Amino acid sequence: MNLHAVPFEWYLILAAVLFTIGAVGVVTRRNAIVVFMAIEMMLNSVNLVFISAAQFLGDINGQLFVLFVMAVAAGEAAIGLAIVLALFRNKRTVYVDEVNVLKW
Amino acid sequence: MSLQVALFFLFGIGAIASAIGTITRRNPVAAAVNLIVHFFMLAGLYLTLQAQFLAILQILVYAGAIMVLVVFVIMLLNLGNEEALREQFTLRKVLGAAIAAIFMLQLGVLFNASPSQRYLSPAAASLGTAESIGQALFTTYLFPFEAISLLLLAALVGAIILAKRKVE
Repeated sequence: MNLHAVPFEWYLILAAVLFTIGAVGVVTRRNAIVVFMAIEMMLNSVNLVFISAAQFLGDINGQLFVLFVMAVAAGEAAIGLAIVLALFRNKRTVYVDEVNVLKW
Repeated sequence: MSLQVALFFLFGIGAIASAIGTITRRNPVAAAVNLIVHFFMLAGLYLTLQAQFLAILQILVYAGAIMVLVVFVIMLLNLGNEEALREQFTLRKVLGAAIAAIFMLQLGVLFNASPSQRYLSPAAASLGTAESIGQALFTTYLFPFEAISLLLLAALVGAIILAKRKVE
């Protein structure tokens, strides 16, 4: 195997592994803040795919997409954490399995 | 083994290790610190891809802004260690294993895939600069750029309204 440069697939495989870890974190953790952090991890693994595609294919568009994903993630962080704060203020819990106000 | 390959393994293994640390630590602060390390590792990976502008942005936006917010909220709520649920085999664990299996299957597909471009494009170094990104951002992507500013304003107002105490 030629080891002078990292091939495209390795970045994709690394991103898939990171996305998997993030997805497992989302469904296994109870703490809403940790679930939120796992979602950020999944967003970042997609960013890695975008950047590696941009750099391997020589196309700037992938990097611009990453810029927009980062902006949306920042907005999501503000809103998500505000929701967690409001949730804690009303229900005194941040565990997602104890929140069932929408369950009929 | 070239420097790029060595750095890929260094940052890649670091990223995987800190990601696993994030989702396994019981203490939310320990998870947050692991996630900060994870973001730095990803910035290093972006550098191995010669995307230096986005690597700096990754550290500024994620490790700087978003994680400060997360740590601040953890501090505000004064959370202790997360207690595990009593059941050993809950639905969520089965779901987690299933999702892991599905995504790991994708790895097998990727191993068999043969991308048209296997190595870094010669243009990669010039693509990662602030100059080329700014050029595209303020010409081709001008409208999405303005739309993003509106989205951030909406998020700002929404976060304030959600987080403020009700005044009677």
